[in-house]
Amino acid sequence: MSEKDKNKMTITGADAVLEALTNEGAEIIFGYPGGATLPLYDNLEKYGLRHILCRHEQGGAHMADGYARATGKAGICMATSGPGATNLVTGIATAFMDSTPVIAISGQVPREQIGNDAFQEVDITGITIPITKHNYLVNDPDTLSESVHEAFFLSTTGRKGPVLIDIPKDVLAANLKGPDKSQKAPVLEGYNPTIKGHSGQIKKAVALLKKAEKPVIISGGGVVGSGAEDALTEFARNTDIPVVATLTGKNGYPNTDRLYLGMIGYHGTAAGNNAIQKADVIVAVGTRFGDRTTGPLRNFAPNAVIIHIDIDPAEISKNVPSFLPIVGDASHIITSIADQLGTKNDSKRNEWRDYLLKLKTDREKPADDSRLNIPLILERLKKIVPDPIITTDVGRHQIFTAHHFPVDRKNSFITSAGLGTMGFGLPAAIGAKAGMPDDTVISINGDGSFLMCCQELVTAVEENLPVIAMVMKDQRLGMISQLQDAFYGERYNCCDLGNCVDFTKIAEGMGALGIRVETPEEIDDAIKTAINSGRPTVIEFILHEQGNTYPMVTGASLTEYIEE
Amino acid sequence: MNHTISILCDDQPGVMTRISGLFSRRGFNIESLTVGHTELPGKSRFTIVVRGDDTVLEQVRKQLQKLVHVIKVWDIKNTEAVEREHALMKVEVAPEKRSEVLQIITALQARIIDSSDTVWILEITGDTNAVNNAFNLLGDYKIIESIRTGKISLKRGLLAK
Ligand SMILES: Cc1ncc(C[n+]2csc(CCOP(=O)(O)OP(=O)(O)O)c2C)c(N)n1
Repeated sequence: MSEKDKNKMTITGADAVLEALTNEGAEIIFGYPGGATLPLYDNLEKYGLRHILCRHEQGGAHMADGYARATGKAGICMATSGPGATNLVTGIATAFMDSTPVIAISGQVPREQIGNDAFQEVDITGITIPITKHNYLVNDPDTLSESVHEAFFLSTTGRKGPVLIDIPKDVLAANLKGPDKSQKAPVLEGYNPTIKGHSGQIKKAVALLKKAEKPVIISGGGVVGSGAEDALTEFARNTDIPVVATLTGKNGYPNTDRLYLGMIGYHGTAAGNNAIQKADVIVAVGTRFGDRTTGPLRNFAPNAVIIHIDIDPAEISKNVPSFLPIVGDASHIITSIADQLGTKNDSKRNEWRDYLLKLKTDREKPADDSRLNIPLILERLKKIVPDPIITTDVGRHQIFTAHHFPVDRKNSFITSAGLGTMGFGLPAAIGAKAGMPDDTVISINGDGSFLMCCQELVTAVEENLPVIAMVMKDQRLGMISQLQDAFYGERYNCCDLGNCVDFTKIAEGMGALGIRVETPEEIDDAIKTAINSGRPTVIEFILHEQGNTYPMVTGASLTEYIEE
Repeated sequence: MNHTISILCDDQPGVMTRISGLFSRRGFNIESLTVGHTELPGKSRFTIVVRGDDTVLEQVRKQLQKLVHVIKVWDIKNTEAVEREHALMKVEVAPEKRSEVLQIITALQARIIDSSDTVWILEITGDTNAVNNAFNLLGDYKIIESIRTGKISLKRGLLAK
């Protein structure tokens, strides 16, 4: 809009919101309308914003999250008051746990009705306090634009995270009293994330690393959040220090690099978990030492001093005592350490490195191709599409994907790690595809998880976002049955999903392409057909065997695992 | 252990919920909480007294510090601070007990701020110990109702770090 046009018209609250979104570079809103947000919908077109109509607000929130993780920009979702807003909650919590920048906009009942238990009234700011980085209930139309800019600023800086803006319908409809002024992010006295690490601490880290004989690096989700992938890669290669990863940090380091030892934790690799338990110095980058990563805390990394790099001071010594904390942005700090340490290939360390690399390579073997199984499917997929964006649901297939689908490219492995949200995969893929239309986007789904958000297939079809959903049909809640197998005397209660669902028909019923695969021979064709079709596709893989995912820690420390 | 947490924050709706939520979800029972405006326009200060595990409370302090409207949080040691608490006590004083109670009031440096017949309202200011003493000593008489503000606390010295 030209300046002249802008001045001529009265500016409503809805205008202020949409204008602010546009100023922030927003392109897409994943939303679902309702009474309270109609003033926004009435004006959407004017601002050239693309609206993607999800089929459930949870799906919309995951799409915004998938978009954010794939593009590195904030993702936006929008819902009406009441049930629309509560449907966002799981998606917001998912983004919160994995620290991803999601902006959630909810409509609210008109100001005069707030507190009256009005139709579709819910205290969504109250509900989301613990699962947002910050949230707003905006009561004054003249502060809307400021709140939106502030929300973007908070969501995308420091430790990233979701921010919710709740706006009463009459605030959206009201005219602003003054001009729509705020353009840039305001200064917040209580919010100053530390970016540069403390130079004294960095010096100490360098000294520790110089002496280290058994060093290892943990790549955590903060590596991805900070965009520190290149800095980390260079650092590890120059110093020849092996790298292990958390589930969110898998995409922080090239998985095909020889120094990469895989994931650590409950489902960590032999090389990864042994590296942690036997290391003398650990450089932990952007990890909150979640319980899935550490296993039983008292036995975690018993011989190591930990250099903990994190942008969030509250993560320091929260779960694991940090011997040497360095608060700040990962890429800054790693670069500073690397600059001072230089290239250091210490022969003392070769034995350590070779021991770990051998643990890793000893276990590398091609997937069993005599029957259909997830590692085999992933191996074939990698051959046909070397560098897709992968999303996953939650369960056994997720862990298989973490182990058996190496990713090298940034922002190409998207999974709900912290909250472990079943149903995340498909909508996250749709969001990723919307943001990265030239990429091949594939979601690896469990047959349980897929049904939790499968309605979003319709979104993919209607919006022409050709994602491929690969549903691993083992007819059970696999991860649950694996736990019942290991810890509950094989009493498989309530994890049988039955066999009545035909995922190809679900696909067809929603306007997508459905393909069934029952034998290894059919895998390649199915994937190629899906890609060549240019349509959203569901490939249903019929898996006949249990196929537990190993290693799995069953004892009191990370090295007490079973491998099959 | 007892901790006195002092919080300087923006005077914004919802700040209190955000702050108290960080305590309650970790199972802490807040023993007292006071809040009021400060010399800085738009800024409030909380003093919160809470008993709990030191490491968990340190985590709460860090989480409080992360709230967007919180400017600074201190876990104040009482040796480095001055502390005051205020209490009002409504006491029924039978005529034959008057002189006794008056003596106690003097000893406590309390004040009578209202009286009608046998019902007096007393005011006590002091550190938590002094207020506890008042309740102990007057506990022998009939306390009809009472209220304590909870502790307010300021660090000594030029500027609180
Ligand atoms: C919303 C939600 N509900 C329940 C769970 C608990 N849960 C974790 S894994 C799992 C089984 C997932 O089954 P499926 O999607 O079929 O994947 P599989 O493990 O078989 O690969 C369940 C129920 C969860 N993570 N998320």
